[in-house]
Amino acid sequence: MEHMGIEPGRLQFSWISSAESTKFVEVVTQVTAAIKALGPNSNFAKKMAEVA
Amino acid sequence: MLSYTEKIREIAGRLLQSGAVEMVIGFRAGTVPMMNEPHFAKTPADVQKLVWDSHCGINLANYLTDRKEKIGVLAKGCDSRNIVTHIIENKIKREQLVIIGVPCKGMVDKRKIAMKAETEITEVIEAETTITAKGHGFSKTFEKKDVLQHNCSLCIHRNPVIHDEMVAPPVVEQQGVDRYADVRSIAAMTPEQRWKYFEDLLAPCIRCYACRNACPLCYCPTCFVDESRPQWVGKSLDPSDVRTFHFLRAYHCAGRCTDCGACERACPVGINMRTFTKKLEQDCLDLFGWEVGLDPEVRPPLDVYRPQDPNDFIK
Ligand code: SF4
Ligand code: SF4
Repeated sequence: MEHMGIEPGRLQFSWISSAESTKFVEVVTQVTAAIKALGPNSNFAKKMAEVA
Repeated sequence: MLSYTEKIREIAGRLLQSGAVEMVIGFRAGTVPMMNEPHFAKTPADVQKLVWDSHCGINLANYLTDRKEKIGVLAKGCDSRNIVTHIIENKIKREQLVIIGVPCKGMVDKRKIAMKAETEITEVIEAETTITAKGHGFSKTFEKKDVLQHNCSLCIHRNPVIHDEMVAPPVVEQQGVDRYADVRSIAAMTPEQRWKYFEDLLAPCIRCYACRNACPLCYCPTCFVDESRPQWVGKSLDPSDVRTFHFLRAYHCAGRCTDCGACERACPVGINMRTFTKKLEQDCLDLFGWEVGLDPEVRPPLDVYRPQDPNDFIK
């Protein structure tokens, strides 16, 4: 993904067991903060069709 | 390499006559120069149409998928590695095949020649190391090594990795090839530059799917791009849809792509989509020490777990 221009950190992986609720909350908080810091990703957003 | 043709016909004729195989898959001359097409020889007359020269770049493993009969198939280094991959993925049985190995010195890129020709090329004459293109009022001779397909100039497996027959003694493999210079040049860019680089690379794509169809790895009965329930990817030419297609196509080839170049060869607008697969190839080599299609007995890295598999990216 990073090879083709997705910012480092935009995509994250975690391994959380269904019993690890605390870890789940921690990871979600961290990831949300990290992604918010990167700002919105417009790379895959479609622009409105350009009509004359 | 030109002397191969006779030997190929001899082997094909023998295999068909003895009943060892029901057909031999090779190449015949195309209707325009430098465009050899796959040929399925079943009779002695068919055998006489088989040819070999520097325009046999199509990957013949593509024609083996799910076949039931006994087949003789010509195999360059890359084809043989895709045949191995086919065997591993249960797309054909080893016992069904008589693999006729063809030591390869690289295939010529027709675009490189056409770019330097002043008019349409109507005739191409090949010698051992040179190739002469002729058109109306012009004639130009090229050194083959200057007009090779990019993947062929980087190839380190020119000899077939499995074979039952060989049409000639093995050729010398290229040494000290820098296979990943293009991946490194992309790695040196910022994320924005990379995004732009691929945006420009893919801009001419018309979503004809010739790249997918030419690839022996793409054999799913219904490709994800053709499905509509659910529709995984938009079918428009919007850059994000085109990008999604290419990106997923490349990912489906991870740990399977032999860098045969059939995809690039097939593209009508000349997109170098190997720029995607080469990164995956390099990752497989760096992370798993994996080179595709060298041994039918070894499972590919993405289908086995090994305790030493790298997993630092998982938090
Ligand atoms: S992705 Fe391209 S280079 Fe790789 S195996 Fe398929 S056709 Fe060959
Ligand atoms: S062959 Fe070329 S134009 Fe056709 S879908 Fe592939 S990249 Fe796009």
